[in-house]
Formats: sequence, structure tokens, C-alpha cells
Amino acid sequence: MIEPLVKVENLKKHFPIKGGVLGSTVGQVKAVDGVSFTIKKGETLGLVGESGCGKSTTGRMLLRLLEPSEGKVYFEGKDILSLSSSEMRKMRRDMQMVFQDPYASLNPRHTVEKILEEPLIVHGMRNRQERKKRVKELLEVVGLSSYHAGRYPHQFSGGQRQRIGIARALAVNPKLIIADEPVSALDVSIQSQVLNLLQDLQKEFDLTYLFIAHDLGVVRHISDRVGVMYLGNIVELSTSEELYDEPLHPYTQALLSAVPIPDVDVKRERIILKGDVPSPSNPPKGCAFHTRCPQAMERCGSERPAFQEMKDGHYVACHLYG
Amino acid sequence: MAELAGTTPPITNPTAAQEERVISPWRDAWRSFRKNKLAMAGMFLVAFFILIAIIAPLIAPYSYDVQKMADKHLAPSAAHWFGTDEFGRDILTRIIYGARISIWVGCISVAGSVIVGSTLGVIAGYYGRFIDMIISRVFDIILAFPSILLAIAVVSVLGPSLRNALIAIALINVPIFGRLVRSKVLSVKQEEYISAAKAIGMKDSRILFQHVLPNSMAPIIVQGTLAIATAIIEAAALGFLGLGAQPPTPEWGKMLADSKDFILDAPWTVIFPGLAIMLTVLGFNLMGDGLRDALDPKMKN
Repeated sequence: MIEPLVKVENLKKHFPIKGGVLGSTVGQVKAVDGVSFTIKKGETLGLVGESGCGKSTTGRMLLRLLEPSEGKVYFEGKDILSLSSSEMRKMRRDMQMVFQDPYASLNPRHTVEKILEEPLIVHGMRNRQERKKRVKELLEVVGLSSYHAGRYPHQFSGGQRQRIGIARALAVNPKLIIADEPVSALDVSIQSQVLNLLQDLQKEFDLTYLFIAHDLGVVRHISDRVGVMYLGNIVELSTSEELYDEPLHPYTQALLSAVPIPDVDVKRERIILKGDVPSPSNPPKGCAFHTRCPQAMERCGSERPAFQEMKDGHYVACHLYG
Repeated sequence: MAELAGTTPPITNPTAAQEERVISPWRDAWRSFRKNKLAMAGMFLVAFFILIAIIAPLIAPYSYDVQKMADKHLAPSAAHWFGTDEFGRDILTRIIYGARISIWVGCISVAGSVIVGSTLGVIAGYYGRFIDMIISRVFDIILAFPSILLAIAVVSVLGPSLRNALIAIALINVPIFGRLVRSKVLSVKQEEYISAAKAIGMKDSRILFQHVLPNSMAPIIVQGTLAIATAIIEAAALGFLGLGAQPPTPEWGKMLADSKDFILDAPWTVIFPGLAIMLTVLGFNLMGDGLRDALDPKMKN
């Protein structure tokens, strides 16, 4: 088996809750609570889950924009959590991020040219002419025109801004791009354009994606494999066809049953989940999902299910299959 | 989601002119500033006094420090437009030279507090934790004193002179800018483009100077303009108390203090320096308010 590009082991992020007179820690929000997965070179791993399940936190921890509380992240076999900050800065050349909000992720006081030039300057491209050439190239790669370089972000639409964000991530020729809900702030018509752009770029530059989203349809379209997160844990991980055809975990089944089918004649049983997502500061004992699970058993309330391989490459954390 | 699979042409904008005028955020602010009549009036007042200060030796009709006791307390006339003071010096001349001092004191002291205050504010806001606590508490302590009282205390320690008055005024303004910048940095730091800058691999110093500071500039400029007005008043107050400029320097506050005994006999000796202070301060205040409207995005729309 070839070495995976990224390997994540038991990654955790606990945010302390400060309280009391002296600001002592009175509790913890377990935003991510023991996540493990690998990303192979050239593939797209989708990460889905509802708001607050820790998917963005996971993505940010891979880039060390947030420091993990526990766990290991290997990139090409190197433990990136042990790197010093200056070593990490050099490492960032290989791993880039596309942000969710194209309105907030571009500095409003910089022109597009400056935005795209910065990663080049930071990573040591000294020649001004070369940089200018590269900026033009990048703009064209993402489907904008070179004359857009002199404009400011506020002069672009959301979709165009996201293209600039993508161009910025591409500027340093990264190997891995973490796309944190790159299309959820965009109109549906623009979403498809940006997704297709991401796919074209993947082929052209041999990129690996970690694609974070809450829209199952979007993830299915772009991902080779998909991980489903619930309350800081991955509950199911599989190839995308298998996950969509044969979901094993009750949470995945419920999620998929909520995807609308564009056909009025097809009737489908919808699984309606009762209640709300429990608070990550006080997650339920045992399986985190047992409070809402339609198939919960006694065991689920006391024992946390192991994340195990059911079929070839199909992992699930559920007592129904243990 | 099947339609997602269809290929779509890249976004192009064939109708847009190839060489269009780019509207930068600063240019945009200047446009809305220009529409504000009061702000423009303020700017002209400020420009007028700055101009006077620069060309003072060319336009002043007399010398500001030569005493001519024979001309004592002359009422305004064609020869002395603003009259003369108790030593027979031309008040117009002294006011013209006084503009140099007031504007110099205002601008330099504010520049000093902006530089020191912003640096401390940026450090406190960006690095947070322990450093933030120390810097913020020092600001709190300075702000706990009434500003003019603190200025008087500083000047009495350093000794009365224009330079020391300037230092005192700069000092009392430091926490105002420090706090302002700190709070702005705290909010800018949360913006996603700062995360993006980190993800690119920028050093802290580059993030601070290229991203955090430029986005914190607007409130500094506004507060700076308003602070110049306050600094001019404070310099005049210190001068009035004899703690600022020393004679024969034609400082407006000092002129007021020297003439206060003759307010009934020779009111022009008081009215004109007072008017000069008022107009300069008014100019800076109007300009500052206009800048706030033009630069503060929250006021827009």
C-alpha cells in the first residue's frame, strides 16, 4: 500500500470553558474528540456533518491554524505537530486552504494582484516581473482575466471572489488543499461552476483535497471517499458510492433520507431525527448519537462503539455491526 | 445535483472595459468626504491655519517680540488690524506666529502618541494574554487621572517649557490611541483574511504590518484629527497656566493669560487669540467628524 499523503490519528480539540472569579477552567467543549483518517494522494476526501460537529475545526487543525489538544497529523510521513513555527511556515507551501466566506477571507484593502502576490513573496519569489506573470497566469487558471488584477475584492461577485481565494491557494503549488465549505456561501448556480473548477484544477495540478461541507449532494459530486461526522467524531467513512448506496450508520441513513430527490413520483421513507444535537460541552456517554438514534440499544448508552472496518474500506462506529 | 456535472464556461466579463478606473477604499472615502460641506469647511480652516503657520514671516506685518511701549493697547485700526497688547506688540503678528506653535504642538504631540499608542495597542491586541494585561492596566492607570491634571504634573516634574508641555500632552493621549488600536486589532484579528494570511505562511510581523494595521488605520486617522484639536486646547491651557510656552513666544494660551487683566479696557487682546484657538479647534473637529463619516463603514448605508 502506498503511503497516504495525510494521516490523522486520534485528533482532539478541547476548548476550555473559563468561568468563576479567577477564570479557572470549569469545563471543556469537545469540538473534535478523537478523529482518525487518511487521505491518499490525488483523492478527494469529503467531510460532512451538521453545524458544530467539528468538521471545520478538524480542517483547521490539519493546517495548525488551531493547535490540536491531542493526536497526531502526518503529512508525507512527517509529524507536522512537532514542527517549529518557522518550519511550519515552510511546510505551508504544500498545504493550503480555501475558506468558506469569500467576503471575509480577502483583505478589503488589497488589490487582487497584491492578494495573489503575497504567497509568492512569502515563499521567496523575489523577481517582480516573474510574480506579475504568475499572478496573470493564476487568474486565468481560475477563469478570471488578467485585467482583474488591479481591482479590489469588493468589485467582484461571491463566485469570483471564491475564484480569487482558490487562486491564492494555488499560488504556491500546494499538494493538499483543504476546502472549508468553499461553496456554501454561494448561489446554487455559481456553486456548480466553482465545484467544476475545483475538479478541473485537481486533474491539472494533481491536487489532493479535503473537502468540508454540510451539503451531501455537493460532497457526493466531488468526493472519492466521504467521512460523516457527528459531535466531534467520525461515525462512518467509506467510498462515496458505497456510502450513498448502502449507508450503515443510522445517522448517515437519516442524513441521506433528507436529501431531496428531484422526482415527484419517487416516494421515500424519511427518517426524522428527534431532539437536538447534544452539547459538545457535555456529550452523552457511550455512543454520542444514542440519544437520537432510532435503533438505539441498551449498550449504546454505556459503551462507546469502536470505529472499525466492516467491509473493504468501509468504516463505521456503531454497535449494530459489532 | 446532476446538473453539477455539466461543464460551465468560466466567468468572463466581455463588456467590462479593459482599462477601467479602480476605486480604492481610500479614494472612495475621499469622495464621500468631499460631499460633506461641514467637513470641507473644517478642512479649509485647518489648511488656512497651516498655510499661515508656514508663511508667517512673509505675511506678518510686524515683529512678534519687539516691544514698543508707546503703542500700548492700541485699538484695532488700519495699522494694527487686531490692535496691540500691553507691550505695544502687534496682536495680528503674534497670532500669525502663534499658529506655528499651536499647530506644531498639536501635530507633533499627536504624532508621538499615535506612534507610541499604536505600537503598544498592536502588541497588546495581537499577542494578548500577559502582555495585554500589563499594557492595558498601565493605560487604565493613566486614564484614571484627569488629563489636564496629569499634564500639569508631568510639566511640573520636567519643568515648564513648550517642549515639556508637548511631551506631557503626548503622554496623556497615548492610552487613548492604545486602547483604540487594541480593540481594533482584536476585531481585525478574528477576520478570516488573517487566518488566510497565516495559512499562506506569513510571519507575524508581515501580518501585522500588511494586514492588521492598514485595516485599523481609519479610526486612528479620525481619532488623530480630533486629538489634534484637544491637544491644541491643552497646550493653550498649559500656556495659560504658565506651564507651556515661555515669553516672548507668542503662544495663544499664553496671550490669553497675559491679557486677562485688561479684558474690559482692551478686549481685543483677549478676543483675537481666543478666536484663533476656537477656529483652529473647530476646523480640526469638523474635519475629524467628516473623516469619521467617510471612513467608518458602520456609518455607511
